Amino acid sequence: MIFRWEWLQPLAEGLPLTLNITFTCIAVGLGLGVFLALGRVYGGRPIRWLTSAYIQLFRGTPLLVQLFIVYFGLPNWGITLSRYTSAILALGLNTAAYQAEYFRGAIQAVRGGQMMAARSLGMTMSQAVRHIILPQAFRLVLPSWSNEFILMLKYSSIVYTITLYDLMGQGKRLASRNFRFFEIFVIVALFYLALVLIVTLILRAIERKIRIPGLGFAGEAESRRQRLFKRGRSVGAGA
Amino acid sequence: MNSLLRVEDIHKTYAAEEVLKGVSFDMAKGATKVIIGPSGTGKSTLLRCINRLTPPDKGRIWLDGEEITHSRGSINKHRAEIGFVFQSFNLFSHLTALGNVRIGPMKVKRMAKAEATKLATEELARVGLADKAGAYPAELSGGQQQRVSIARALAMFPKLILFDEPTSALDPELIGEVLEVMVSLAKEGMTMLVVTHEMGFARAVADEIIFMEHGVIAEQGPPAQLFTNAKHPRTAEFLNKISELYGETDG
Repeated sequence: MIFRWEWLQPLAEGLPLTLNITFTCIAVGLGLGVFLALGRVYGGRPIRWLTSAYIQLFRGTPLLVQLFIVYFGLPNWGITLSRYTSAILALGLNTAAYQAEYFRGAIQAVRGGQMMAARSLGMTMSQAVRHIILPQAFRLVLPSWSNEFILMLKYSSIVYTITLYDLMGQGKRLASRNFRFFEIFVIVALFYLALVLIVTLILRAIERKIRIPGLGFAGEAESRRQRLFKRGRSVGAGA
Repeated sequence: MNSLLRVEDIHKTYAAEEVLKGVSFDMAKGATKVIIGPSGTGKSTLLRCINRLTPPDKGRIWLDGEEITHSRGSINKHRAEIGFVFQSFNLFSHLTALGNVRIGPMKVKRMAKAEATKLATEELARVGLADKAGAYPAELSGGQQQRVSIARALAMFPKLILFDEPTSALDPELIGEVLEVMVSLAKEGMTMLVVTHEMGFARAVADEIIFMEHGVIAEQGPPAQLFTNAKHPRTAEFLNKISELYGETDG
Protein backbone atom coordinates (compact mmCIF):
# COMPACT_ATOMS: atom_id res chain seq x y z
CA MET A 1 0.00 0.00 0.00
CA ILE A 2 1.49 3.32 -1.07
CA PHE A 3 0.32 6.89 -1.14
CA ARG A 4 1.70 9.87 -3.00
CA TRP A 5 0.67 13.44 -2.34
CA GLU A 6 1.08 14.32 -6.01
CA TRP A 7 -1.95 12.12 -6.85
CA LEU A 8 -4.25 14.50 -5.11
CA GLN A 9 -3.83 17.35 -7.55
CA PRO A 10 -5.05 15.58 -10.72
CA LEU A 11 -7.95 14.13 -8.75
CA ALA A 12 -8.88 17.56 -7.40
CA GLU A 13 -8.82 18.83 -10.99
CA GLY A 14 -11.74 16.49 -11.69
CA LEU A 15 -13.86 17.98 -8.91
CA PRO A 16 -15.15 21.09 -10.75
CA LEU A 17 -16.57 18.95 -13.56
CA THR A 18 -18.20 16.51 -11.12
CA LEU A 19 -19.83 19.39 -9.26
CA ASN A 20 -20.76 21.17 -12.47
CA ILE A 21 -22.48 18.11 -13.92
CA THR A 22 -24.24 17.31 -10.65
CA PHE A 23 -25.57 20.80 -10.03
CA THR A 24 -26.56 21.45 -13.63
CA CYS A 25 -28.39 18.13 -13.92
CA ILE A 26 -30.16 18.62 -10.59
CA ALA A 27 -31.29 22.07 -11.73
CA VAL A 28 -32.48 20.81 -15.14
CA GLY A 29 -34.21 17.91 -13.41
CA LEU A 30 -35.82 20.19 -10.84
CA GLY A 31 -37.39 22.48 -13.42
CA LEU A 32 -38.55 19.64 -15.64
CA GLY A 33 -39.52 17.44 -12.68
CA VAL A 34 -41.86 20.03 -11.13
CA PHE A 35 -43.41 20.59 -14.53
CA LEU A 36 -43.94 16.84 -15.05
CA ALA A 37 -45.34 16.39 -11.55
CA LEU A 38 -47.87 19.19 -12.09
CA GLY A 39 -48.85 17.53 -15.37
CA ARG A 40 -49.33 14.19 -13.63
CA VAL A 41 -51.45 15.62 -10.84
CA TYR A 42 -53.45 18.38 -12.53
CA GLY A 43 -53.24 17.58 -16.24
CA GLY A 44 -56.02 16.20 -18.38
CA ARG A 45 -55.93 12.56 -19.39
CA PRO A 46 -53.53 12.89 -22.37
CA ILE A 47 -51.09 14.98 -20.34
CA ARG A 48 -51.26 12.58 -17.42
CA TRP A 49 -50.58 9.72 -19.82
CA LEU A 50 -47.64 11.46 -21.50
CA THR A 51 -45.93 12.50 -18.27
CA SER A 52 -46.47 9.06 -16.81
CA ALA A 53 -44.96 7.46 -19.94
CA TYR A 54 -41.94 9.74 -19.72
CA ILE A 55 -41.38 8.83 -16.09
CA GLN A 56 -41.75 5.10 -16.74
CA LEU A 57 -39.37 5.27 -19.68
CA PHE A 58 -36.57 7.00 -17.80
CA ARG A 59 -36.99 5.07 -14.59
CA GLY A 60 -37.32 1.76 -16.41
CA THR A 61 -34.05 1.81 -18.36
CA PRO A 62 -30.44 1.97 -17.14
CA LEU A 63 -28.86 5.40 -16.90
CA LEU A 64 -25.76 4.16 -18.70
CA VAL A 65 -27.84 2.97 -21.65
CA GLN A 66 -29.56 6.37 -21.78
CA LEU A 67 -26.18 8.11 -21.82
CA PHE A 68 -24.91 5.85 -24.63
CA ILE A 69 -28.03 6.41 -26.70
CA VAL A 70 -27.53 10.17 -26.42
CA TYR A 71 -23.78 10.24 -27.00
CA PHE A 72 -23.13 7.30 -29.31
CA GLY A 73 -26.61 6.76 -30.74
CA LEU A 74 -27.87 10.20 -31.72
CA PRO A 75 -25.03 10.88 -34.19
CA ASN A 76 -26.54 8.10 -36.35
CA TRP A 77 -29.53 10.41 -36.74
CA GLY A 78 -27.32 13.36 -37.54
CA ILE A 79 -27.48 14.82 -34.02
CA THR A 80 -23.99 15.15 -32.64
CA LEU A 81 -23.71 16.61 -29.18
CA SER A 82 -20.57 17.40 -27.25
CA ARG A 83 -19.63 15.01 -24.46
CA TYR A 84 -20.59 17.57 -21.83
CA THR A 85 -23.97 18.32 -23.42
CA SER A 86 -24.70 14.61 -23.79
CA ALA A 87 -23.93 14.04 -20.13
CA ILE A 88 -26.17 16.92 -19.01
CA LEU A 89 -28.98 15.83 -21.29
CA ALA A 90 -28.95 12.15 -20.30
CA LEU A 91 -28.47 12.67 -16.57
CA GLY A 92 -30.77 15.69 -16.46
CA LEU A 93 -33.64 13.92 -18.22
CA ASN A 94 -33.13 10.91 -15.99
CA THR A 95 -33.17 12.74 -12.69
CA ALA A 96 -36.19 14.74 -13.88
CA ALA A 97 -38.18 11.50 -13.94
CA TYR A 98 -37.23 10.66 -10.36
CA GLN A 99 -37.73 14.20 -9.11
CA ALA A 100 -41.14 14.27 -10.79
CA GLU A 101 -42.20 11.27 -8.72
CA TYR A 102 -40.99 12.85 -5.50
CA PHE A 103 -42.82 16.07 -6.31
CA ARG A 104 -45.99 14.24 -7.29
CA GLY A 105 -45.99 12.54 -3.91
CA ALA A 106 -45.43 15.82 -2.10
CA ILE A 107 -48.13 17.68 -4.05
CA GLN A 108 -50.59 14.92 -3.27
CA ALA A 109 -49.56 14.98 0.38
CA VAL A 110 -50.66 18.63 0.74
CA ARG A 111 -54.06 18.44 2.38
CA GLY A 112 -57.08 18.78 0.10
CA GLY A 113 -58.57 21.57 2.18
CA GLN A 114 -55.65 23.83 1.21
CA MET A 115 -56.66 23.91 -2.44
CA MET A 116 -60.30 24.39 -1.52
CA ALA A 117 -59.51 27.29 0.82
CA ALA A 118 -57.37 28.94 -1.87
CA ARG A 119 -60.10 28.61 -4.47
CA SER A 120 -62.70 29.90 -2.01
CA LEU A 121 -60.72 33.17 -1.80
CA GLY A 122 -61.06 33.54 -5.56
CA MET A 123 -57.60 32.33 -6.55
CA THR A 124 -57.29 30.73 -9.95
CA MET A 125 -56.02 27.17 -10.15
CA SER A 126 -52.56 28.37 -11.13
CA GLN A 127 -52.41 30.96 -8.33
CA ALA A 128 -53.43 28.31 -5.82
CA VAL A 129 -50.74 25.95 -7.10
CA ARG A 130 -48.03 28.65 -7.09
CA HIS A 131 -48.79 30.36 -3.81
CA ILE A 132 -50.30 27.60 -1.69
CA ILE A 133 -49.60 24.08 -2.96
CA LEU A 134 -46.00 24.30 -4.24
CA PRO A 135 -44.51 26.19 -1.26
CA GLN A 136 -45.84 23.41 0.97
CA ALA A 137 -44.85 20.63 -1.43
CA PHE A 138 -41.27 21.97 -1.62
CA ARG A 139 -40.94 21.66 2.12
CA LEU A 140 -42.45 18.21 2.19
CA VAL A 141 -40.24 16.96 -0.63
CA LEU A 142 -36.91 18.16 0.71
CA PRO A 143 -35.81 14.99 2.56
CA SER A 144 -36.42 12.65 -0.40
CA TRP A 145 -35.17 15.27 -2.83
CA SER A 146 -31.89 15.51 -0.85
CA ASN A 147 -31.49 11.82 -1.45
CA GLU A 148 -31.81 12.33 -5.20
CA PHE A 149 -29.17 15.04 -5.02
CA ILE A 150 -26.73 12.66 -3.36
CA LEU A 151 -27.51 9.87 -5.81
CA MET A 152 -26.85 12.28 -8.67
CA LEU A 153 -23.50 13.24 -7.19
CA LYS A 154 -22.48 9.58 -7.29
CA TYR A 155 -24.16 8.67 -10.60
CA SER A 156 -22.37 11.55 -12.31
CA SER A 157 -19.29 9.29 -12.18
CA ILE A 158 -20.58 7.31 -15.18
CA VAL A 159 -19.67 10.18 -17.49
CA TYR A 160 -16.09 8.85 -17.48
CA THR A 161 -17.42 6.24 -19.96
CA ILE A 162 -17.73 8.95 -22.61
CA THR A 163 -14.23 10.17 -21.71
CA LEU A 164 -15.16 13.15 -19.63
CA TYR A 165 -12.52 13.84 -17.01
CA ASP A 166 -14.56 14.30 -13.90
CA LEU A 167 -13.36 12.99 -10.55
CA MET A 168 -13.86 9.38 -11.71
CA GLY A 169 -12.34 10.04 -15.14
CA GLN A 170 -9.25 11.58 -13.58
CA GLY A 171 -8.99 8.68 -11.15
CA LYS A 172 -9.18 6.15 -13.97
CA ARG A 173 -6.50 7.92 -15.95
CA LEU A 174 -4.23 8.32 -12.93
CA ALA A 175 -4.69 4.72 -11.86
CA SER A 176 -3.83 3.34 -15.31
CA ARG A 177 -0.72 5.47 -15.50
CA ASN A 178 0.57 4.43 -12.09
CA PHE A 179 -0.80 0.87 -11.95
CA ARG A 180 -2.04 1.60 -8.42
CA PHE A 181 -5.71 0.84 -8.84
CA PHE A 182 -6.57 -0.02 -5.27
CA GLU A 183 -5.03 3.02 -3.63
CA ILE A 184 -6.19 5.54 -6.19
CA PHE A 185 -9.78 4.31 -6.36
CA VAL A 186 -9.94 4.30 -2.58
CA ILE A 187 -8.87 7.95 -2.66
CA VAL A 188 -11.50 8.65 -5.34
CA ALA A 189 -14.10 6.99 -3.11
CA LEU A 190 -13.03 9.17 -0.17
CA PHE A 191 -13.38 12.26 -2.35
CA TYR A 192 -16.98 11.26 -3.19
CA LEU A 193 -17.67 10.51 0.46
CA ALA A 194 -16.44 13.95 1.46
CA LEU A 195 -18.61 15.60 -1.21
CA VAL A 196 -21.67 13.65 -0.09
CA LEU A 197 -21.10 14.63 3.53
CA ILE A 198 -20.72 18.30 2.66
CA VAL A 199 -23.84 18.29 0.49
CA THR A 200 -25.78 16.45 3.20
CA LEU A 201 -24.82 19.05 5.80
CA ILE A 202 -25.78 21.93 3.52
CA LEU A 203 -29.15 20.38 2.66
CA ARG A 204 -29.89 19.69 6.33
CA ALA A 205 -29.11 23.31 7.15
CA ILE A 206 -31.52 24.42 4.42
CA GLU A 207 -34.15 22.01 5.73
CA ARG A 208 -33.83 23.50 9.21
CA LYS A 209 -33.88 27.03 7.89
CA ILE A 210 -37.10 26.74 5.88
CA ARG A 211 -38.83 24.51 8.39
CA ILE A 212 -42.27 25.66 9.44
CA PRO A 213 -44.01 24.40 12.58
CA GLY A 214 -46.58 21.77 11.76
CA LEU A 215 -45.55 21.40 8.15
CA GLY A 216 -43.61 18.42 6.92
CA PHE A 217 -43.70 14.87 8.15
CA ALA A 218 -41.39 15.49 11.09
CA GLY A 219 -43.19 18.71 12.01
CA GLU A 220 -46.54 16.98 11.88
CA ALA A 221 -45.47 14.22 14.26
CA GLU A 222 -44.01 16.81 16.56
CA SER A 223 -47.09 18.99 16.75
CA ARG A 224 -49.19 15.89 17.38
CA ARG A 225 -46.86 14.99 20.22
CA GLN A 226 -47.20 18.48 21.65
CA ARG A 227 -50.96 18.32 21.47
CA LEU A 228 -51.03 14.95 23.20
CA PHE A 229 -48.69 16.25 25.83
CA LYS A 230 -50.82 19.32 26.45
CA ARG A 231 -53.99 17.29 26.61
CA GLY A 232 -52.36 14.75 28.92
CA ARG A 233 -51.26 17.50 31.23
CA SER A 234 -54.62 19.19 31.43
CA VAL A 235 -56.31 15.84 32.14
CA GLY A 236 -53.74 15.27 34.87
CA ALA A 237 -54.41 18.68 36.37
CA GLY A 238 -58.14 17.99 36.38
CA ALA A 239 -57.81 14.64 38.14
CA MET B 1 -85.14 42.01 -6.78
CA ASN B 2 -83.99 43.11 -3.38
CA SER B 3 -82.19 40.15 -1.96
CA LEU B 4 -78.41 39.86 -1.69
CA LEU B 5 -78.46 36.13 -2.25
CA ARG B 6 -81.10 34.24 -4.13
CA VAL B 7 -80.93 30.49 -4.44
CA GLU B 8 -83.40 28.80 -6.74
CA ASP B 9 -84.11 25.10 -7.10
CA ILE B 10 -80.62 23.73 -6.43
CA HIS B 11 -80.14 20.05 -7.17
CA LYS B 12 -77.02 18.00 -6.58
CA THR B 13 -76.44 14.28 -6.97
CA TYR B 14 -73.40 12.42 -5.64
CA ALA B 15 -72.80 8.85 -6.76
CA ALA B 16 -76.43 8.20 -7.68
CA GLU B 17 -77.71 9.72 -4.43
CA GLU B 18 -79.57 12.98 -4.73
CA VAL B 19 -78.22 15.08 -1.87
CA LEU B 20 -80.08 18.28 -2.74
CA LYS B 21 -83.55 17.99 -4.23
CA GLY B 22 -84.51 21.51 -5.14
CA VAL B 23 -83.55 24.05 -2.49
CA SER B 24 -84.66 27.68 -2.81
CA PHE B 25 -84.37 30.64 -0.47
CA ASP B 26 -83.62 34.35 -0.37
CA MET B 27 -81.39 36.39 1.86
CA ALA B 28 -81.58 40.12 2.44
CA LYS B 29 -78.44 42.19 2.86
CA GLY B 30 -77.29 42.17 6.47
CA ALA B 31 -79.36 39.11 7.39
CA THR B 32 -78.10 36.14 9.36
CA LYS B 33 -79.57 32.78 8.46
CA VAL B 34 -78.85 29.55 10.25
CA ILE B 35 -79.25 26.20 8.55
CA ILE B 36 -79.89 23.26 10.83
CA GLY B 37 -80.80 19.66 10.23
CA PRO B 38 -79.61 16.08 10.68
CA SER B 39 -76.24 15.17 9.19
CA GLY B 40 -76.26 13.97 5.61
CA THR B 41 -79.11 16.26 4.57
CA GLY B 42 -76.95 18.30 2.23
CA LYS B 43 -76.34 21.40 4.37
CA SER B 44 -72.63 21.57 3.61
CA THR B 45 -73.20 20.63 -0.01
CA LEU B 46 -75.65 23.52 -0.29
CA LEU B 47 -73.04 25.99 1.00
CA ARG B 48 -70.46 24.63 -1.42
CA CYS B 49 -72.90 24.89 -4.30
CA ILE B 50 -73.38 28.58 -3.54
CA ASN B 51 -69.76 29.51 -4.32
CA ARG B 52 -69.40 26.52 -6.64
CA LEU B 53 -66.66 24.73 -4.77
CA THR B 54 -69.12 22.00 -5.72
CA PRO B 55 -70.92 22.80 -8.95
CA PRO B 56 -74.70 22.26 -8.66
CA ASP B 57 -76.33 19.97 -11.24
CA LYS B 58 -79.32 22.22 -11.64
CA GLY B 59 -80.67 25.47 -10.29
CA ARG B 60 -79.67 29.12 -10.30
CA ILE B 61 -77.94 31.44 -7.86
CA TRP B 62 -77.87 35.23 -7.85
CA LEU B 63 -75.50 37.37 -5.80
CA ASP B 64 -76.43 41.01 -5.51
CA GLY B 65 -78.70 40.78 -8.54
CA GLU B 66 -76.09 39.09 -10.74
CA GLU B 67 -76.51 35.49 -11.74
CA ILE B 68 -73.40 33.54 -10.81
CA THR B 69 -74.48 30.01 -11.67
CA HIS B 70 -73.24 29.69 -15.19
CA SER B 71 -70.77 32.53 -15.44
CA ARG B 72 -67.80 30.26 -15.96
CA GLY B 73 -65.16 32.93 -16.45
CA SER B 74 -66.03 35.09 -13.51
CA ILE B 75 -66.46 32.44 -10.83
CA ASN B 76 -63.18 33.52 -9.24
CA LYS B 77 -64.49 37.07 -9.04
CA HIS B 78 -67.66 35.86 -7.33
CA ARG B 79 -65.75 33.59 -4.96
CA ALA B 80 -63.71 36.62 -3.90
CA GLU B 81 -67.01 38.26 -2.91
CA ILE B 82 -68.19 35.27 -0.89
CA GLY B 83 -66.26 34.39 2.25
CA PHE B 84 -66.10 30.74 3.25
CA VAL B 85 -65.27 29.49 6.73
CA PHE B 86 -64.54 25.77 6.86
CA GLN B 87 -65.26 23.30 9.64
CA SER B 88 -61.58 22.26 9.63
CA PHE B 89 -60.30 25.88 9.30
CA ASN B 90 -58.03 25.05 6.34
CA LEU B 91 -55.54 27.75 7.16
CA PHE B 92 -52.54 27.73 4.81
CA SER B 93 -50.00 25.75 6.83
CA HIS B 94 -46.92 27.46 5.42
CA LEU B 95 -48.07 30.98 6.24
CA THR B 96 -48.31 32.86 9.54
CA ALA B 97 -51.65 34.16 10.77
CA LEU B 98 -50.80 37.48 9.12
CA GLY B 99 -49.74 35.75 5.90
CA ASN B 100 -53.00 33.82 5.79
CA VAL B 101 -55.10 36.96 6.05
CA ARG B 102 -52.93 38.97 3.67
CA ILE B 103 -52.56 36.54 0.80
CA GLY B 104 -56.10 36.89 -0.57
CA PRO B 105 -56.00 40.68 -0.95
CA MET B 106 -52.44 40.49 -2.35
CA LYS B 107 -52.88 37.74 -4.90
CA VAL B 108 -56.54 38.03 -5.83
CA LYS B 109 -57.03 41.79 -5.54
CA ARG B 110 -53.42 42.74 -6.38
CA MET B 111 -53.19 44.92 -3.29
CA ALA B 112 -49.71 46.23 -2.47
CA LYS B 113 -47.95 44.32 0.28
CA ALA B 114 -47.75 47.21 2.74
CA GLU B 115 -51.43 47.98 2.33
CA ALA B 116 -52.41 44.32 2.61
CA THR B 117 -50.31 43.97 5.75
CA LYS B 118 -52.06 46.94 7.32
CA LEU B 119 -55.46 45.52 6.40
CA ALA B 120 -54.56 42.05 7.68
CA THR B 121 -53.31 43.50 10.97
CA GLU B 122 -56.63 45.30 11.41
CA GLU B 123 -58.66 42.19 10.63
CA LEU B 124 -56.62 40.11 13.07
CA ALA B 125 -57.25 42.75 15.74
CA ARG B 126 -60.95 42.56 14.92
CA VAL B 127 -61.01 38.86 15.84
CA GLY B 128 -58.84 39.52 18.90
CA LEU B 129 -55.61 38.02 17.58
CA ALA B 130 -53.37 41.03 17.01
CA ASP B 131 -50.69 39.42 19.19
CA LYS B 132 -50.68 36.18 17.17
CA ALA B 133 -49.85 37.74 13.79
CA GLY B 134 -46.51 35.94 13.55
CA ALA B 135 -47.74 32.50 14.69
CA TYR B 136 -48.10 29.58 12.29
CA PRO B 137 -51.38 27.64 12.25
CA ALA B 138 -49.82 24.67 14.07
CA GLU B 139 -48.91 27.01 16.92
CA LEU B 140 -52.51 28.19 17.40
CA SER B 141 -55.41 26.54 19.20
CA GLY B 142 -58.40 25.42 17.14
CA GLY B 143 -60.41 28.42 18.28
CA GLN B 144 -57.61 30.79 17.31
CA GLN B 145 -57.22 29.08 13.94
CA GLN B 146 -60.91 29.47 13.25
CA ARG B 147 -60.77 33.14 14.20
CA VAL B 148 -57.84 33.65 11.81
CA SER B 149 -59.87 31.98 9.09
CA ILE B 150 -62.73 34.40 9.76
CA ALA B 151 -60.24 37.30 9.51
CA ARG B 152 -58.99 35.78 6.23
CA ALA B 153 -62.54 35.88 4.88
CA LEU B 154 -63.14 39.42 6.17
CA ALA B 155 -60.00 40.80 4.52
CA MET B 156 -61.63 40.21 1.13
CA PHE B 157 -64.53 42.53 2.07
CA PRO B 158 -67.05 39.85 1.18
CA LYS B 159 -70.69 40.61 0.47
CA LEU B 160 -71.60 37.40 2.23
CA ILE B 161 -69.85 34.85 4.43
CA LEU B 162 -70.73 31.16 4.42
CA PHE B 163 -69.92 29.26 7.62
CA ASP B 164 -69.78 25.47 7.34
CA GLU B 165 -70.13 24.12 10.89
CA PRO B 166 -67.47 26.55 12.14
CA THR B 167 -67.40 25.20 15.70
CA SER B 168 -67.94 21.47 15.14
CA ALA B 169 -64.23 20.62 15.11
CA LEU B 170 -63.50 22.57 18.29
CA ASP B 171 -63.05 21.44 21.85
CA PRO B 172 -66.05 22.69 23.86
CA GLU B 173 -64.06 25.29 25.77
CA LEU B 174 -62.97 26.94 22.49
CA ILE B 175 -66.41 27.30 20.91
CA GLY B 176 -67.33 30.46 22.79
CA GLU B 177 -64.52 32.62 21.43
CA VAL B 178 -65.50 31.79 17.83
CA LEU B 179 -69.21 32.35 18.42
CA GLU B 180 -68.41 35.67 20.05
CA VAL B 181 -66.67 36.87 16.89
CA MET B 182 -69.58 35.65 14.77
CA VAL B 183 -72.15 37.38 16.95
CA SER B 184 -70.32 40.68 16.69
CA LEU B 185 -70.09 40.28 12.90
CA ALA B 186 -73.82 39.69 12.72
CA LYS B 187 -74.43 42.78 14.81
CA GLU B 188 -72.17 44.84 12.55
CA GLY B 189 -74.45 43.93 9.67
CA MET B 190 -72.44 41.26 7.85
CA THR B 191 -74.60 38.97 5.76
CA MET B 192 -74.06 35.47 7.09
CA LEU B 193 -75.30 32.01 6.18
CA VAL B 194 -74.34 29.58 8.92
CA VAL B 195 -74.62 25.81 9.12
CA THR B 196 -74.39 24.99 12.81
CA HIS B 197 -75.74 22.98 15.71
CA GLU B 198 -75.26 25.90 18.12
CA MET B 199 -78.85 26.68 19.03
CA GLY B 200 -77.83 29.42 21.45
CA PHE B 201 -76.20 31.25 18.56
CA ALA B 202 -79.23 30.64 16.33
CA ARG B 203 -81.61 31.94 18.94
CA ALA B 204 -79.47 35.00 19.67
CA VAL B 205 -78.64 36.31 16.21
CA ALA B 206 -80.49 34.43 13.46
CA ASP B 207 -83.15 36.36 11.60
CA GLU B 208 -84.34 33.09 10.26
CA ILE B 209 -83.67 29.40 10.75
CA ILE B 210 -83.84 26.96 7.89
CA PHE B 211 -84.53 23.36 8.87
CA MET B 212 -83.31 20.97 6.20
CA GLU B 213 -84.05 17.29 5.94
CA HIS B 214 -83.54 14.75 3.15
CA GLY B 215 -82.21 17.34 0.74
CA VAL B 216 -85.08 19.81 1.00
CA ILE B 217 -86.07 22.70 3.24
CA ALA B 218 -88.64 21.21 5.60
CA GLU B 219 -89.41 24.43 7.38
CA GLN B 220 -88.08 27.95 7.76
CA GLY B 221 -88.94 30.89 9.95
CA PRO B 222 -87.76 33.21 12.71
CA PRO B 223 -86.19 31.40 15.71
CA ALA B 224 -89.04 32.33 18.07
CA GLN B 225 -91.53 30.64 15.78
CA LEU B 226 -89.48 27.50 15.22
CA PHE B 227 -88.52 27.04 18.85
CA THR B 228 -92.00 27.58 20.27
CA ASN B 229 -94.45 26.32 17.67
CA ALA B 230 -92.86 24.49 14.80
CA LYS B 231 -95.37 23.48 12.14
CA HIS B 232 -93.47 20.40 11.20
CA PRO B 233 -93.28 17.71 13.95
CA ARG B 234 -89.80 16.68 12.76
CA THR B 235 -88.53 20.23 13.36
CA ALA B 236 -89.62 20.21 16.98
CA GLU B 237 -88.20 16.74 17.46
CA PHE B 238 -84.85 17.74 15.97
CA LEU B 239 -84.66 20.94 18.00
CA ASN B 240 -85.32 19.03 21.22
CA LYS B 241 -82.72 16.43 20.43
CA ILE B 242 -80.10 19.00 19.47
CA SER B 243 -80.73 21.05 22.62
CA GLU B 244 -80.23 17.93 24.72
CA LEU B 245 -77.03 17.04 22.92
CA TYR B 246 -75.39 20.41 22.65
CA GLY B 247 -77.05 22.31 25.44
CA GLU B 248 -77.83 25.97 25.10
CA THR B 249 -74.53 27.65 24.48
CA ASP B 250 -75.20 31.33 24.59
CA GLY B 251 -73.38 33.22 21.89
